[in-house]
Amino acid sequence: MSILVNKDTRLLVQGITGKEGMFHATTCREYGTTVVGGVTPGKGGQTVDGFEVFDSVERARQKTDANVSMIFVPPPFAADAIMEAAAAGVELVICITEGIPVNDMMKVKAFIEDLPVRLLGPNCPGVITPGEAKVGIMPGHIHSPGKVGVVSRSGTLTYEAVWQLSNVGLGQSTCVGIGGDPINGTSFIDTMSLFKDDPDTEAVILIGEIGGTAEEEAAVWIKENFDRPVIGFIAGATAPPGRRMGHAGAIVSGGEGTAEAKQKTLRENGIHVVESPADMGNKVAEVLG
Amino acid sequence: MKIHEHQAKDLLRRFGAPVPQGRVTDTADAASNICEELGGRCVVKAQIHAGGRGKGGGVKVAGTPEEAEAIASEILGMQLVTPQTGPEGQEVKKVLIEEALDIDQELYLGITLDRKSGLPVIMASKAGGMDIEEVAAEDPDAILRVTVNPFLGVQPFQLRALCSGLGLTGKTAKQASDLIRSLVEAYMASDASLAEINPMMITPNGDVYALDAKMNFDDNAMFRHKDLVELRDLAEENELEVRASEYGLNYIKLDGNIGCMVNGAGLAMATMDIIKLYGGDPANFLDVGGSASQEAVKAAFQILIDDPSVKAVMINIFGGIARTDRIARGVVGALEELSADGPVTMPVVVRLEGTNVEEGRRVLEEADFDFIVADQMASAAEKAVAAASAASGA
Repeated sequence: MSILVNKDTRLLVQGITGKEGMFHATTCREYGTTVVGGVTPGKGGQTVDGFEVFDSVERARQKTDANVSMIFVPPPFAADAIMEAAAAGVELVICITEGIPVNDMMKVKAFIEDLPVRLLGPNCPGVITPGEAKVGIMPGHIHSPGKVGVVSRSGTLTYEAVWQLSNVGLGQSTCVGIGGDPINGTSFIDTMSLFKDDPDTEAVILIGEIGGTAEEEAAVWIKENFDRPVIGFIAGATAPPGRRMGHAGAIVSGGEGTAEAKQKTLRENGIHVVESPADMGNKVAEVLG
Repeated sequence: MKIHEHQAKDLLRRFGAPVPQGRVTDTADAASNICEELGGRCVVKAQIHAGGRGKGGGVKVAGTPEEAEAIASEILGMQLVTPQTGPEGQEVKKVLIEEALDIDQELYLGITLDRKSGLPVIMASKAGGMDIEEVAAEDPDAILRVTVNPFLGVQPFQLRALCSGLGLTGKTAKQASDLIRSLVEAYMASDASLAEINPMMITPNGDVYALDAKMNFDDNAMFRHKDLVELRDLAEENELEVRASEYGLNYIKLDGNIGCMVNGAGLAMATMDIIKLYGGDPANFLDVGGSASQEAVKAAFQILIDDPSVKAVMINIFGGIARTDRIARGVVGALEELSADGPVTMPVVVRLEGTNVEEGRRVLEEADFDFIVADQMASAAEKAVAAASAASGA
């Protein structure tokens, strides 16, 4: 089993005629994901590299029965793209776009609140269930099917964790990038509760970073609800306060959101915290014996 | 993005907020004239982005136009050191000359994003003029918090709750409510990430003013605020950071001697962390981003080696959206260009992994430059720390 994406995923790529959209639609298809087409307003009716292009998500849904959408639309238009997908009945919307204004994300959150849709991201690498489906920008070849779940606010740090897992002979059930923005669709807790219902996930690596309190909230939830081992790493122990470290959400403000405080709360709630980002894979191997 | 106090006050004034009368200037002569226009008494306020200006001697009251001139000539051009500037301070290029109002009470008012709810939250406190973060740490209950619906705006009952919590009544409560409403409107309309009035001041007559104003903006929304972008003051920012931003790079200058070039913010932070764990100190945070062009990578590399404190460079690339061969070509290209002006002697530790990694490693191997290649993050950090300490003669 797995979470979020699998062999039944029917993927639509919004912004497919852009350079990144086309590149990653292709890498997902090559990985084995069923990519049913793409959307670029005004460019419907074309077929590009074997991908059928539609003018709207609604039209694409009528023709393809897509259930997952992946968004590469530029930041000024990305919020609109998310809302369009949600309104058209897509079950899972994965927004890769980085740089969406916070105010736009407030609108998105309000818009999708009562719709039966899950948003992952924005500013995330996507999600992969190794051997079944890749919906995102991660390099597929580093993954292997297995029993360890990964959830992270960072893209490349997730790849690092996966690489380490593969090096110690551990495969992954599903790897989820929840994104580096202050407002996102799916939280650590949301992802952990999906892992909880997946009997094939035997352990989870949770990769957090400075800023906000999402990791702390997840730690408390995990202690009460999740009975399998969780290995944690928090990036940004050396970050100076008040500075935004690349990700819009990665900032220590008002003494809140420090790596130290997060590590402490994680430890207090039974999570195996590693100090070095190079130790994530080894720690999972050690804990799982 | 940050702006100066006088710019924030201009912005708030446009939304109807009561702001003391005043004007900004860069000469002591004009300071005297403005003081005269304001009735002969004024406050001279240094305009730098950092807070805590009063503590550093950057805010002073003048009783006469002559005194205003003397104070302005003292403050203009000074390296103002505050708790937020660092020991080197920040040069004062402009002063705001404002009417001196009598103060009966100082309160705190601010609005920012509450990440938990994903909505704006108004914060208010009777402890005005103080650092709100100190108040939050010492007495969190002293801060009133009201979450705002960003589309419907702040509601009258919320304004009543805030005013009553602050102990305000009558015309003062009315004026404070109007100020809060203006602040919320300005915050939403300008895509701010923080708007703070500290202090919000009440005169002995019960009138309310925004005595100080601070506004930060969401960088991601500045594409739709050309007018605000013009307010950016590059002199307030680190020169290397400004250069990096011109190439769309996320770069933050730090105190160490190991220059870092990494793709992805999370991995960039983790790279800094692991350097520290191996006993070194990162000289910077640098995320070359997902779609970094060869040109951007070159610029990134040049910024790293133009920093005189950098003794070694650690490049840590895990390629997903950024293909490692492209990064490798950028690194080699940058070194070739730099070598044209004389050989580059900086030790460069490279660790590449991910999409097209074989091609990326081949590009590095075939280059004329002698890279120190590492295949793990830990060994890369170890080699970078060793190279930096050898280069420092330690």
